[in-house]
Amino acid sequence: MSPDTQTTRIKPPPDAGRILWRCYRYLRPYWRRVTVAWTALLCINLLNVAIPQLVRYVVDRGIRDQDSRFLGWSVLSLLGLTLVKGGLSFLQNRWVETSSQSVAYDLRNAIHQKLASLSFSYHDRTETGHLLSRAVQDVERIRFLTGRASMRMLEGAALLLGTAAALLWMNAHLALLALAAIPLMVHRAMAFSSRYRPLSSEIQQQLAVLTTRLEQNLRGARVVKAFAQEEAEVERFDRENARWFDLSALASRLQAVNAPLLTLMTNAGMVFIIWYGGSLVIRGQLTLGELVAFSTYLGQLAEPVHRMGRIIPILAMAAAAGERIFEILDAKSDVEEAADVTLLPTIQGHVRFEGVSFAYFGRHRVLEDVSFEALPGQIIALLGATGSGKSSIINLIPRFYDPTEGRITLDGRDIREVTLNSLRDQIGIVLQETTLFASTVRENIAFGRPEASEADVVAAAHAAQAHDFIARMPQGYDTPVGERGVTLSGGQKQRIAIARALLKDPRILILDDATSSVDTETEQLIQQALERLMCGRTSFVIAQRLSTVRVADLILLLDRGRVAARGTHEELLRTSGLYVEIYHHQLRRQDTLMGEGWGDRR
Amino acid sequence: MSLSIGTTSTGMGPGRMIRSFGEEVEGRPFDWRIILRLLTFLRPHWPRMVVAFLLMLLASGLSLVVPYLIKIAIDQHIAQGDAPALGRVALLMACAFLGLYAVTAGQQYLLSWVGQRLLATLRAQLFHHLQVLPLGYHDTHIVGVTLSRVISDVAVINELLSEGLVTLVGDLLILVGIIVTMLSMSPRLALLSFSVLPLMALATILFARRAQVAFRHTRAGIAAIVGDLAEDISGMRVIQAFAREDISHEHFDEVNRANREAHVMAMSLSFVFLPTVEFLGMLATAVVLWFGGRAVAQGELTLGVVVAFLAYVSRFFQPIRELSQLYTTMQAAMAGGERVLALLDSEPEVADAPDAFEMPPVVGRIELRDVSFSYRGETRVLHQVNLTVEPGQTVALVGPTGAGKTSIANLIARFYDVTAGGVLIDGIDVRQVGQRSLRRQMGLVPQDPFLFSGAIADNIRFGCPDALDSAVEEAARLANAHEFIAALPDGYGTEILEGGVNLSVGQRQLICIARAVLADPRILILDEATSSVDTVTEMLIQQALQRLLTGRTAIVIAHRLSTVRHADLICVVDGGRIVERGRHEELLARGGTYRELYERQFVDTAS
Repeated sequence: MSPDTQTTRIKPPPDAGRILWRCYRYLRPYWRRVTVAWTALLCINLLNVAIPQLVRYVVDRGIRDQDSRFLGWSVLSLLGLTLVKGGLSFLQNRWVETSSQSVAYDLRNAIHQKLASLSFSYHDRTETGHLLSRAVQDVERIRFLTGRASMRMLEGAALLLGTAAALLWMNAHLALLALAAIPLMVHRAMAFSSRYRPLSSEIQQQLAVLTTRLEQNLRGARVVKAFAQEEAEVERFDRENARWFDLSALASRLQAVNAPLLTLMTNAGMVFIIWYGGSLVIRGQLTLGELVAFSTYLGQLAEPVHRMGRIIPILAMAAAAGERIFEILDAKSDVEEAADVTLLPTIQGHVRFEGVSFAYFGRHRVLEDVSFEALPGQIIALLGATGSGKSSIINLIPRFYDPTEGRITLDGRDIREVTLNSLRDQIGIVLQETTLFASTVRENIAFGRPEASEADVVAAAHAAQAHDFIARMPQGYDTPVGERGVTLSGGQKQRIAIARALLKDPRILILDDATSSVDTETEQLIQQALERLMCGRTSFVIAQRLSTVRVADLILLLDRGRVAARGTHEELLRTSGLYVEIYHHQLRRQDTLMGEGWGDRR
Repeated sequence: MSLSIGTTSTGMGPGRMIRSFGEEVEGRPFDWRIILRLLTFLRPHWPRMVVAFLLMLLASGLSLVVPYLIKIAIDQHIAQGDAPALGRVALLMACAFLGLYAVTAGQQYLLSWVGQRLLATLRAQLFHHLQVLPLGYHDTHIVGVTLSRVISDVAVINELLSEGLVTLVGDLLILVGIIVTMLSMSPRLALLSFSVLPLMALATILFARRAQVAFRHTRAGIAAIVGDLAEDISGMRVIQAFAREDISHEHFDEVNRANREAHVMAMSLSFVFLPTVEFLGMLATAVVLWFGGRAVAQGELTLGVVVAFLAYVSRFFQPIRELSQLYTTMQAAMAGGERVLALLDSEPEVADAPDAFEMPPVVGRIELRDVSFSYRGETRVLHQVNLTVEPGQTVALVGPTGAGKTSIANLIARFYDVTAGGVLIDGIDVRQVGQRSLRRQMGLVPQDPFLFSGAIADNIRFGCPDALDSAVEEAARLANAHEFIAALPDGYGTEILEGGVNLSVGQRQLICIARAVLADPRILILDEATSSVDTVTEMLIQQALQRLLTGRTAIVIAHRLSTVRHADLICVVDGGRIVERGRHEELLARGGTYRELYERQFVDTAS
């Protein structure tokens, strides 16, 4: 998917038939039910034709000829037939509904699974609102298509064919003239649908834009309020809303003008039959009875045609919806498992970067020929300005992205040769921006190891210095955490994230030691927790403070994607001017602020 | 929603899920008031609705004319061989069909126009209302669920109001017409065939009760899918980092399955109901045949009456069937409508007073008088806080997590209202003035540097959308953001992706500072935005903040004591009270909590 999916794509949709066919293929697992349902439908239609005939017969024989025994029996059999028809229609409807709901269910599962398998770069480029509207509205459209819409279509087609056959059988010449309008109708219908489909696609896109606007507004509520921008936000929403309305109104007009057109065309056939057929009768070339029968059958054509008219926009919308859904399902992940991947056995934690370069979106080059080695148990500190490539390095290790050039090995194996799960299972990550899920504290801690025992969870929380505040909360470990963890402070969220990583007991640890936005007391607690966490694991730390830098076995000083200097604290103090500068400007400043005299941790 | 994680381990089923939405799924009597209130949304469009209705009547009329014309053509003109007259009738028929086309197209267009208009209006109203709701709403509501209100629930309401209403009125009229005709033809046979009606009523009531519950479940099911998916998508990075794809998928599967079952259940009710109606219709036919037949035999009725009755009875149940289908739509609309109305009705806890006036230009004196505060009536987080800030001063709030620092800042910006006491700015109680006129003169640099999707320039311009490009650049320069922005391939036009993932945290903070610089507020609230970036960027940020603070009254929620040393006043907040206040040196000299905090930080960095 291109990064600009939110802007309307004017690209012509590929042939709708192929998309619709692909939608229908989702019915395949349910083909038995569908077949039975369609058979039931035909039976129901036969009964629909038979029952009024039966009533007429009852009137003729039972009432006019006053055969009351016959009347009694036939009334009962009428009721029986209706009962049978009711049963059939229940089964038919239920099976159609179940199978089409199952199609929706399968599609949503497929979307969810696909989204989980797509790498970070895909999620960087797509907006939640767009994905949601596809998984909800668009899937509903496909459900409708594969369910009732097709049922009605089939019914209409059967009626259409049956009537056409009857007409042809009665008088081929007249029938052909009367049906001459049908190719024209088909042409109109096609023309309409090719105009309608891109429009419907655009409407759906616009709805996604609306959804995104709203979502952003809700997530940024605090900023909107703080800057008193409610009115401007409303104005912006109204603008997008108005655009949605204009498009929808246009679609309504197209539909209102075109759908009844089909009925008009069948009716024109009727007028023609009365006029031309009538003159044939006058000239003695046709009997009156034939004409009456003819016009009756032709009248019967109106209903299915009318129904088809209503189905066409549904088909068009479904094709557009299918296109958007398959766009997700067909998206290729930048990070894919090779065919011959193996499970990564329990590792020591020996990490090597060999000539690694990386470009974000294949455009922004952020890493340039980076090589280094981390021995098991070492602490690697990454230092450098914003945008120097620190985050990219830590994102490459769990394969959130793949390097553009070079390779990364773990205990000597290229990380592209092992399964993603077995790789990530052995890596623990604590990032600055802590995402907690709307669930309980316990479930958030046990996120990486849902089978963990209560004791393990509590132990992890203890080690992360989180147990005390958790225990103080009214429901303890069962306290629900809001969607964005609103009920917790930044420091509390961070400690839960540390506990989450601790519980996983990873061999490799990736963390950002920025104890972002916490007070000093908490910071100290977090610092202790982090130290405990790093102990005995290969750790990659985006370093913010001197204490971290001093304990690091290797400091990588990054500058514009390259390793500008490397070594331990003492070595770098001697060899790197840039490091000395940073040390004096920033790292030391923190300490001098706090007074003098601080011990060496080693 | 939702318990994306670990629901399997704690065995939270769909039931718990739905409840956790705050949805009431138990069957409640059909609430006409909701429908009636929804109908009021149609009021501005009544002329169109009336026209649409008239067109519908016209359409039925025209479709009746045609069979009559055919009858005339056959009986009179064809049978008598009158070709020119036949031509005239054919022409008439053609006209009738053309008219029918125009009328149908017009009616369809009007109805769907009104429907779309209504949809747009409802969405706009909801959006507007969401802007008025205080921050407290956003604390307790999940974004995905609110989204589904505004997008999906509203669409269902539309279905009812635009399409449903006209069908309803039309069907009712047909029904009344048939009843009157039947009664006038043979009261006895009419009443006999109506004897089926109580059964019909019984079936409808039974169905309605169950359908009510079932359709609520379906709405909740969709909302659960939206909520779960929204959370999984926004948390996808963590899910992948912890290799939790399978379990999050398992949970989604559960929600997804529950939704499918709910839909199949609800629809199955209709699938039972519709054949039942049809059977009852056939029962009426049977009654007419049986009793009518015997009456004909006894010479009490003519055959023609019975035949006519049969036709009427079969048409009688057609509108009833349609009405019951409409009832299903109505159920869905009611469930959706109830939630939408509940959202529209939710009272903003922080509302402008009726006599609120515009906040005059702020000088910047802030006073908290005996302020106490509790969130949503829960435990108190602030106890009788008193604080005075002179114009241009920087006040730093320090203290442990949960001490009440953020609450103090929130009250000054009036994101919440005090429980007791008062917040005064330039001597005016903030509750007396319009919220927006107050906040227009305030700025916020949030803890989490939130950026909106869109161009960088638009984000900086957020507080004053009319700012010129040059002003935006100037603000970015002051905020030390210009350099990195200019280095981006698209410069100020660079699109910020959702969540700002294409920028680093530090860069986002610089943009947030630029945003505040450009807004040029008199009062600034700085929420611990200074501590989570690398050393070089931190320097840039500190510098930018110093520029931003100059000449403004500033409330800084600070966690690094190093950043607060230059504050004019430091307040140590603990347990919802200001326990110490003074300048850095004074507080250090006093040897209280501040000194303790300070020493602890010193020890931490040093150890």
